[in-house]
Amino acid sequence: MMGRHISSLRVIAILLAMAFLLAACPAAAPTGGADMAADEEMAEEEAMEEEGKVLTILYWQAASLPGPYLSGGTKDQDAGAITLEPLANYDPNGTIVPRLAVEIPSIENGGVSDDLMSITWTLKEGLLWSDGSDVTADDVVFTWQYCSDEATGCTASEAFLGIESVEALDDNTVKITFDSPTPYPYNAFVGANTPIISSVQFADCVGAAAQTCNEENTAPLGTGPYRIIDFKVNDVAVYERNPYYHGEPAYFDTVVFKGGGDAASAARAVLETGEADYAWNLQVEPDILRDMEAAGLGKVVSAFAGYVERVLINQTNPHSELGDDRSEYMDGDNPHPFLTFPPIPQAMSMAIDRTLISDQLYGFAGQPTCNVIPAPLHYVSDSNDACLTQDIDGANALLDENDVLDTDGDGIREYNGVPLKISYQTSTNSVRQKTQALLRQWWLQIGIETELINHDASVFFGGDPNSPDTYQKFYTDLQMYTTGPTIDPQQHLSNWICEQIPMRENSWGGGNISRGCNAEYDALFEQLTQTPVGPEREALVKQLNDINVQNNYQIPLVYRGEVSAHLDTLQGVWINGWDSQMWNVGDWHR
Amino acid sequence: MEGGRAFFPSFILPPKIALGQYLVRRVLTIIPTLIAISFVIFAVLDLAPGDPTSALPETIRPEVRQQIRKAMGLDEPFPVKYGLWLRQFFVNEPLSLIEKAFDIQIGDGEKRLRVTSWGSRGVPVMDMIVERMPQTLWVVGLAYLVAIAIAVPVGVVSAIRQYSIFDQVGTFLSLIGYSIPTFFTGLLMILLFSVKLKWFPMIYDTNLQIVDWNSFVQQLRQSAMPVAVLGFFQAATLARFTRSSMLDNIPMDYVRTATAKGFRERYVVIRHILRNSLIPVVTLIALGIPAIFSGAIITEQIFRVNGLGALLIGAIQLNDIPLVQTVTFIFAFLIVVFNLVADVIYGILDPRIRYS
Repeated sequence: MMGRHISSLRVIAILLAMAFLLAACPAAAPTGGADMAADEEMAEEEAMEEEGKVLTILYWQAASLPGPYLSGGTKDQDAGAITLEPLANYDPNGTIVPRLAVEIPSIENGGVSDDLMSITWTLKEGLLWSDGSDVTADDVVFTWQYCSDEATGCTASEAFLGIESVEALDDNTVKITFDSPTPYPYNAFVGANTPIISSVQFADCVGAAAQTCNEENTAPLGTGPYRIIDFKVNDVAVYERNPYYHGEPAYFDTVVFKGGGDAASAARAVLETGEADYAWNLQVEPDILRDMEAAGLGKVVSAFAGYVERVLINQTNPHSELGDDRSEYMDGDNPHPFLTFPPIPQAMSMAIDRTLISDQLYGFAGQPTCNVIPAPLHYVSDSNDACLTQDIDGANALLDENDVLDTDGDGIREYNGVPLKISYQTSTNSVRQKTQALLRQWWLQIGIETELINHDASVFFGGDPNSPDTYQKFYTDLQMYTTGPTIDPQQHLSNWICEQIPMRENSWGGGNISRGCNAEYDALFEQLTQTPVGPEREALVKQLNDINVQNNYQIPLVYRGEVSAHLDTLQGVWINGWDSQMWNVGDWHR
Repeated sequence: MEGGRAFFPSFILPPKIALGQYLVRRVLTIIPTLIAISFVIFAVLDLAPGDPTSALPETIRPEVRQQIRKAMGLDEPFPVKYGLWLRQFFVNEPLSLIEKAFDIQIGDGEKRLRVTSWGSRGVPVMDMIVERMPQTLWVVGLAYLVAIAIAVPVGVVSAIRQYSIFDQVGTFLSLIGYSIPTFFTGLLMILLFSVKLKWFPMIYDTNLQIVDWNSFVQQLRQSAMPVAVLGFFQAATLARFTRSSMLDNIPMDYVRTATAKGFRERYVVIRHILRNSLIPVVTLIALGIPAIFSGAIITEQIFRVNGLGALLIGAIQLNDIPLVQTVTFIFAFLIVVFNLVADVIYGILDPRIRYS
């Protein structure tokens, strides 16, 4: 009697559980599995036809706002770049190509004045905003006013530095005047970080009012191949084909720009399940990514800009006994006891197998490099390429020749009685810790002992003047991180002049972190600031790069890129490290 | 409610007036509690290190960062910021809500400052929360219902048939359920059901509109994995709790009396043991409801469900203080309210409890 009741209860429980399983996973239903799957595929195809051609782009960081002016992330810039356009773009080789402009102004065609004080852009005829209204030179002027208004808090205002005025000469012509001679006049309105916005739409959103313009900020009018129809903050943006686009009409009916999740699953969604067409910035272990690519649905592509992972060599003495004078330049009176002796850092550089680090730890996202200016091609020096081959024997011989010997037999060499024991810090990051371990091992083979240190990235890069562990204070002998030049390297090269040395007096504010001071470098840099784009400028950049590398202020390791993936069926992708990865989304098709 | 009467003989029913008084008193104490909570949250977030401009590219100069901070209102002193937030949250937001709901104008609605996000500047925080709510309620709420529907029967059968194979298997699965973290089960499910079998999509499509049977099926398919992961986790805990609660009641005298009277076992189990065992379980369930709103941060992140949990974690990463502030405060509010609800339910279910 009892047993029967219990068993019926059990049956009810099991039935309930099964009912829920069935409800939750209809496709898993064992009843008529094949028929149902076929039906569903049919239904899906029908749905596809109804929805039309959809491009799904996956960013594991979701966009906060479409556009670069109020939110500085790449995700925001890229979400904007699908609809917003600048006057010109950079192509993946770093060449400037016209977008809204008719041609690229230069000294030759008269667009750039001989005194380097102004540049004049001409807009294409008949440009329209995505609501059908006219694009005029006033929109360009307005964009400058909008972003350079301090109260706007514009995240791209860097690009407008040094501009005295932007004026509309007529409906299609804009003249930008600089406050000093500017050899590289293409910072403003070139590239996805400074697109043109509508002066009509944003008229009431300048300055403090920018904070209140909800509708405008989430749905800016654009001139690009697609226009925004829906924007869900930190989640997804939906675009449709822009009927007023000035180029060939775009291929897709709808673009879905979905954000969130993590890099590995984004890679999986393209390479293993094919749910998305494009996935951005796949910071995934190279081996895992290679396995996923082997599934055969899509391919992994890399974009390179100017980023170099490098080891910085402290030119000043960071010894803890010095107290407040640690790593202080003191007009050259506090040199490092042995790292300023050239053969030592030179031998350290020779002992490194850059190819191994790049292949094993960076995979698709790295190439070995010997330069601090690794791109664009016309700025790259070829005089340091010997470093690409590891040479431990040569490094040992170099140290022996220069009397840096191990006199007390402990396996560690001494220089002027000081044992070569160095400390080496970087941010906490598995790739960086693996790099540190490899370097320590190689340096041990040439008689140098290394102590490895890592700090949380928010501390190391945090810039807190009270913390001893920031990269600016540099209280170790070596440290490692990545920085890189923008397309014109002048700004980046300006970091390494003498007056940029961080010290107590300037609250560690300068960019010359290695604390190397070289008169020749400063003189050449001064010359660079007055040399317009051309072969002469290229030669100067190469010289500056060589001075920095050959004086052993920095040891470049890996030229770092960004890795994305797209389905094999998606054509026309030309991944770009210098501009938005979405820069040519209008050309994408199946 | 005929059966209910039998449980609550009139002589031990608490007088109705007592419940009313009790409620009023509790609601009145809630108000200062919430204000204190809002102050603590605000102070902690304000004092915590972190800067909304730290997520910006390193190339942006300190002066520009300062301008951006100023544009966000970050350089105001603490009391001003707190007062402004209080006003925006307790006066301006409800007014905007009323305006939207009834389509009317109260004063100058255009000029009224709402709590806006720092990460997505200009977007009102409340709009973001309202946009996220349906996904969270659907996925996490459904998971909770599934968990309850599985856990209670399993717990009951496990207790009645203690040490049977069913109980052993149930215990084993529960143990797995609450000791394996959701990010692992989630990853496992994606690898199995999305990558290998291709049954379910691994990306949750928030824009999916349910218009017909197909889109409804689509919605069920995309919810299946997150619901299963969360449901499994919650069912494990609840089942164990139900089981032990049942085991507490089975040896009771009233059970023996009922059995001795000759009632059938099913009647004894359902009418006597289960009813009494469910009292703590119901309380546990009520206390767990705020967690539905707060979402399942990890599960939402894995399956790209744009719920409140994902909103909160994104806001924390971007140091979007107004958003973190508002979302955490709403969670705090829900926790306080459901604590009260749990107390009231407990009293109604268990007449031995007196409000005091």
